[in-house]
Amino acid sequence: MAIDRAEAARIAELARLDLPESELDRVAAQLSQVLDFVARLDELDLEGLEPTAFAPPHAALRADLPDGRTLEPGAATASAPEAEFGYFIVPPVVENLEP
Amino acid sequence: MSGPAPWRLSAREVAAAVRDGSLSPGDAADAGFAGPGARFEGEVHALLASDASARKAAAARVPRDGVLAGVPVLLKDNLCTVDHPTTCGSRILEGWRSPYDATVVRRLREAGAVVVGKGNMDEFAMGSSTEWSAFGPTRNPYDPSRVPGGSSGGPAAAVAYGLVPVALGSDTGGSVRQPAAFCGVYGLKPTYGRLSRYGLVAFGSSLDQVGVFARHVGDVAEVYRAVAGSDPFDASMLEGPAPDVSGWAAGVRGLRFGWPANLWREGVDGAIVAALERAASWLERAGATRVPFEFLPGAFAVAAYYLLATAEASSNLARFDGVRYGLRMRSDELATLYTRTRGAGFGPEVRRRILLGTYALSAGYHDAFYLKAQRARTRIAHEYAAAFARCDWMLMPVTPSLPFRLGEKTADPLAMYLSDVFTIGANLAGIPGLSVPMGLEASGLPVSVQLVGPADAEPVLLRAARALEAEGDERNIPPGHEKEFAWPGKR
Amino acid sequence: MAWEAVIGLECHVQLRTRTKMFCGCPVAYGSEPNTNVCPVCLGLPGALPRTNAAALAFALRLGVALGCTIRAESVFARKNYFYPDMPKNYQITQYERTLCEGGALPLAREGGGRAIALTRIHCEEDAGKSFHPERQGDRRWSRVDLNRAGVPLLELVTEPVLRSPAECAAFLTELRRLVRWLGVSDGDMEKGQLRCDANVSLRPTGSTTLGTKTELKNLNSIKGVERGVAAEIARQTALLDAGERVRQATLLYDADHERLAVMRMKEHAHDYRYFPDPDLPVLRVSEAQRAEATAASPELPWAREARYRDALELPAYDAAVLTESRDLGDYYEACVPPGEPKLASNWVMTEVMRVLKTRDWSVAEWAARVPAPRLRELLARVAARELPGPVAKQVFAWFLEQDGSVAELLERHGVRVAGGDEELLPIVRAVLDENPGPVAQVLAGRDATFGFLVGQAMKKSGGQAVPQVLQRLLREELAARTPRP
Ligand SMILES: [Zn+2]
Repeated sequence: MAIDRAEAARIAELARLDLPESELDRVAAQLSQVLDFVARLDELDLEGLEPTAFAPPHAALRADLPDGRTLEPGAATASAPEAEFGYFIVPPVVENLEP
Repeated sequence: MSGPAPWRLSAREVAAAVRDGSLSPGDAADAGFAGPGARFEGEVHALLASDASARKAAAARVPRDGVLAGVPVLLKDNLCTVDHPTTCGSRILEGWRSPYDATVVRRLREAGAVVVGKGNMDEFAMGSSTEWSAFGPTRNPYDPSRVPGGSSGGPAAAVAYGLVPVALGSDTGGSVRQPAAFCGVYGLKPTYGRLSRYGLVAFGSSLDQVGVFARHVGDVAEVYRAVAGSDPFDASMLEGPAPDVSGWAAGVRGLRFGWPANLWREGVDGAIVAALERAASWLERAGATRVPFEFLPGAFAVAAYYLLATAEASSNLARFDGVRYGLRMRSDELATLYTRTRGAGFGPEVRRRILLGTYALSAGYHDAFYLKAQRARTRIAHEYAAAFARCDWMLMPVTPSLPFRLGEKTADPLAMYLSDVFTIGANLAGIPGLSVPMGLEASGLPVSVQLVGPADAEPVLLRAARALEAEGDERNIPPGHEKEFAWPGKR
Repeated sequence: MAWEAVIGLECHVQLRTRTKMFCGCPVAYGSEPNTNVCPVCLGLPGALPRTNAAALAFALRLGVALGCTIRAESVFARKNYFYPDMPKNYQITQYERTLCEGGALPLAREGGGRAIALTRIHCEEDAGKSFHPERQGDRRWSRVDLNRAGVPLLELVTEPVLRSPAECAAFLTELRRLVRWLGVSDGDMEKGQLRCDANVSLRPTGSTTLGTKTELKNLNSIKGVERGVAAEIARQTALLDAGERVRQATLLYDADHERLAVMRMKEHAHDYRYFPDPDLPVLRVSEAQRAEATAASPELPWAREARYRDALELPAYDAAVLTESRDLGDYYEACVPPGEPKLASNWVMTEVMRVLKTRDWSVAEWAARVPAPRLRELLARVAARELPGPVAKQVFAWFLEQDGSVAELLERHGVRVAGGDEELLPIVRAVLDENPGPVAQVLAGRDATFGFLVGQAMKKSGGQAVPQVLQRLLREELAARTPRP
């Protein structure tokens, strides 16, 4: 299973990762190598096996009550790179509109 | 007090001394820093953060009657702490202060332990050598040209050279057991769901488990006891109380251990094979029976693991985006704020794994990769279950090789991944594994073996480890390789 | 060519739990920004979710009411996409194995009982809010508040079976009534507690294939849904009539300017990479829980509306108004005197609802002031013709300010109701004696003059007689005075 440059770029965009052009080929090659290795799963007999999503826990649900973790006012934005009047500040969130 | 320097004491001895008033928690915490810390830390670089005032403040608050009263502990830097930064070895979280303590950290503090700092790690626990830390690698205290293993290399090295008697790490595919083996200390990866993950920064949520490093089996048991057990803030935990490990010294008479020798027929260092033989004979001498059988090669587990762990990681690490905390690269546009921040904040290995996981989950590949890996995981769990029908635990290598040199594997991701070939299976199956030091091999590097048991087999694994610990002594350290911090096992 | 619209709705219902879906933060509207947040709903490193039992209970209540199949095991999945109001950059939702499947919402009031089939209902967490960009010189930015992040939502998806904007509006109106009826949501669209997206496509009338659909977002009022869907149908009709094709698109409806805008989408924008959330166990619903939810299911609004219409013989309008909310319906039923459903309906719909409106009271606030038995006593006396209308209304007004039974209030205010025959007969006889002219006219068949006699008698009683009783006595006395042939 080979991943080419364009595919590497598509995945990087999906993952919101800036990958320099110069790295694309190397990353594509490394990912291809790992996927080749992973292909050995085809050798395992998986007939009739259900997928394990996670170790099967049985935790009870949470009662609809406060749990004491709600932060003090101001604490949420205290370590934000940019905040103002209690809000997180980000570059403009605009829906891309065509009239 | 007379007797050995405080930093040479076991955690249980420190706690006893603090409880009877002969040792102050402050002195206990400072001892490792003033002694071996001053001599080795500069070269080893096990620590990311160690705030002396936070340490003093923590020591001053210690409940003197706790089972870990005054015991200094180092935490892997992916465990959230209010009094030290939590960076996960990443630029993207540099300087971040958690507003909350991880549940296991809170329990340690309640038991009297003093958090002395945060240990170095591969960025977001992705790596097997601690070379992928954004803040520089940790080196192996036994040979600074070699890696301490990873990803919990900092805590493992710190316990090895005597900075602290015990430490917590995390183990997603071997990240406690493998560095423990490389550094010659005990490293326990508990049963999935027995230690709370609340406050452990997630890598592969269905595989991650907090683990314990110590220089003595009894200390592993004591720390496990203090931190294990259900937590209302973690819905992925097992029901009921954690198994009782207080019988860790009860011996192994009448028990059976599996001997899957096909796993090390090739590709495993001779010193490790010799250590396995030695361990088997000691266990037999202690009254256990060897049950030879063939077992599924670990390469399948590695294959499934690198799809599942990366898939989960790609989602878990999406939250590091420069909006609410951590690094932010300036941008006027939201899209580039994300890509620049994440591109600059994550190192190469983390980027590689995020990409692999994103790919494994993306439309068109989900079934071929993610789903297939999940089914392989089921198969692997069945293989372990079948093995444990025939034995109480399995004896196997921790790693195929002895500690490798810095730079040896960083250019070849797959070679690095394969150093976890013996440890990953336990994570996929959610079962416990324990790395047991067997002394130093001829060139002075630590050599270890692994005990793997069924879910909740921690008491049995500790009994077996103790049987091996009781057999070890100075003969396991070759002449010319004595280190002031290298212990013979007996204690 | 004639076109037929095919519409499917995706509705989001915010549950009125006390705390959020996966953490203990309060669900509150209008708090200071980023104050109802904790490590979990802020998406801090290391935080883990745990499911709110009340959210599941509410979801079951709605699922049972709509006749859905409830899955014994459903799965929370992560929907991965980056957005600043989504703290983890994934949303915990349900994807392949959702809690509820199938079911239908009956639209009793539109077109004679069409049931709108549902595809599924699932549980998920809400996102926070990002605000319209602000500008100062060259700098532009948006503010983000995460108080709403993690609030429990149910997403309810219909089959593509709705046919008109009016039907969409009726669906939402009925859904809003239902969620309020069941107490699972306040359903206030202005506060975003009920939100709706629509998938709209057109096809030649009579055709059974589906055309290219567009997704319409931001429909945040019932009027908005009706107008937005109508605008999109008009837009697609114009395209198709001009021989053009409808392109798949997401559109925003701008309610202020009543216009649609197309959102530009990047390629791959919709690769959500769903996978089961490893932090959350499978959501299990036992047979007992299902049975309990079924047993606890109340009479549903459309069933009650039909009962009022059919069994109580109320006009359709009354039945609809009185079942607008369960509190109102329950109050109404509790104040009906035996055999007098319409009388009670009149009083509740006019007198009671007027007070609710002028005082901006809820039914509960009203019922706290005037418990149903109190109103029923009054209505029973009206029904028994023991109280004249003006007196009854006066008593109703006293109810609002004062305690006491009907009799006590009359006593306290010195109002004597001349109700009995013995009391009124002398008055009636006196009026007849004093007005021989009009009496003669009435006896001669001029019934219009009868009203004059009633007025005189009422006046003589000091306004305290019950008009119906007076009328009866007058007729009886007049009959007695009719010369026999
Ligand atoms: Zn919260």
